[in-house]
Amino acid sequence: MTAESVIEVRELVAHYGSRKILDQIDMTVRSGEIMIIMGGSGSGKSTLLRHLLGLNKPTAGSIRLLGTDITQTTVAEAHELRKRMGVAFQGGALFSSMTVGENVKLPLREHAKLDEATMNIMMRLKLEVVNLGGFEHLMPAQLSGGMIKRAAVARAIIMDPKLLFFDEPSAGLDPVVSAELDELILRLRDAMKMSIVVVTHELDSAFKIADRITVLDHGRILMTGTVDEVRGCDNTRVQDLLNRRPRADDIDADEYLQRLTA
Amino acid sequence: MAEDPNNALTASVEHLGRATVEVIEEFGYYFLLFFESAYWLLFGAFQKQPVRLPSVFGQMMTIGIAAIPIIFILSFTIGVMLAIQGIHTLKTFGAEEQVVVGIALSVMREFGPLITAIVVAGRSGSALAARIGTMQVSQEIDALRVMSINPVRYLASPVLAAMLLMVPALAFLSDLAGLLGGAVFTNLELGLSYSAYVDRALEALEADDVMQGLIKAMVFGIIITVIGISNGFEVKGGAEGVGKATTRSVVLSISYIVIADMLFTYFLNR
Repeated sequence: MTAESVIEVRELVAHYGSRKILDQIDMTVRSGEIMIIMGGSGSGKSTLLRHLLGLNKPTAGSIRLLGTDITQTTVAEAHELRKRMGVAFQGGALFSSMTVGENVKLPLREHAKLDEATMNIMMRLKLEVVNLGGFEHLMPAQLSGGMIKRAAVARAIIMDPKLLFFDEPSAGLDPVVSAELDELILRLRDAMKMSIVVVTHELDSAFKIADRITVLDHGRILMTGTVDEVRGCDNTRVQDLLNRRPRADDIDADEYLQRLTA
Repeated sequence: MAEDPNNALTASVEHLGRATVEVIEEFGYYFLLFFESAYWLLFGAFQKQPVRLPSVFGQMMTIGIAAIPIIFILSFTIGVMLAIQGIHTLKTFGAEEQVVVGIALSVMREFGPLITAIVVAGRSGSALAARIGTMQVSQEIDALRVMSINPVRYLASPVLAAMLLMVPALAFLSDLAGLLGGAVFTNLELGLSYSAYVDRALEALEADDVMQGLIKAMVFGIIITVIGISNGFEVKGGAEGVGKATTRSVVLSISYIVIADMLFTYFLNR
């Protein structure tokens, strides 16, 4: 593996029960780039993310994050690796029993031996980064959708990770807030030199922030390329996705009848 | 359409087999969860992932201290009830005075731990399943895992520690409340003085009776923890799933508590 790449996925195959969700996925994310994983619903992009995060075990293949193969690590190695990555979940996944500040401080409290005052300063710094300065005493239930997502980002970056993951950052947000989040993702990459993986189906946001885009469909990678390459791609499925065209799958009459009468 | 009897037979055997495997699997999961929680309690500190004392104390407050009033009231009532029944039954033999022995033994060995366990299962077992189930649904458990905070260590171990300490403590409180209830009623009904009641109760009781009750209470605490938490972790399918898990954990906890109680009583009294 080159020194440049922070994620290397090789021949990843994943099943959900007996259904194949991911098929022969090969993917590389270079250091300092923003990689967008794009695809429609059911394309397997969320499953791919769960595998990258080590939440699901693949059927076959290898996933290297920052040089560690997460499909065969020891608990201690996984522990060290996870301290160097951050994740902003779709719904924020803030702990509802804790204040925003406590949420952001949680990784520090668990993994670093720091005194309370230092942790508080670090927590406020990160909240300022995501424009939530002064909100640390609120409970997650008191925040709006966009604020929850930004607080989740603050928690994800509290340990200054090398690698940052976003799951559907703009889902359920209005265009303005969504654009602010895009700006934030770009700023994090530029100011903190993070490598960022974003899973999304929002085209505007994807084209705005992406260095490269991986398009998934039915568990396979259709293509990987820069924004221009994706726009210029002549694959029909890619163009369907870009132009919001409904799928033009051919219907097999016999199969259709059989499904109805089964 | 007539069914092939062979098919129906194999189908029912297959169904039975699957159900058995599921039950065994679930029990395996319970034991795994228990050992993992205990492991983090004992060795977490050496892995730089200690179980935090404040969260243990927090759990002790909600599981233990907050349950004191209801357990006191219920146990007191059970004590009174035992006295009423005992006096009524023993009247036939003209041996009402012996009621103290009956109350003391049954409260210490059975009712104290059982009432406590049922109340704790209803209050805290359901709350555990609901809390962890909701966290599962809102991806908070995933968030813990990617932050390299072991969910069992962070969520289950403090509860296990709190249960192991508080359920026996509550059971002992329940013992005392039950005895008090019995004392008040026998005093009113038979005019037996409190000091005579205490003397007779102490005469009837041995340390072993109290120990039996407290050991049972500990086991009940483990049952409530493991069932509440495993049902929470297993939640699928949103709010409805959380509701199901909550109900299931209470029903299962109480059933297993009663069964475990029976087995314990049988083996400890051989």
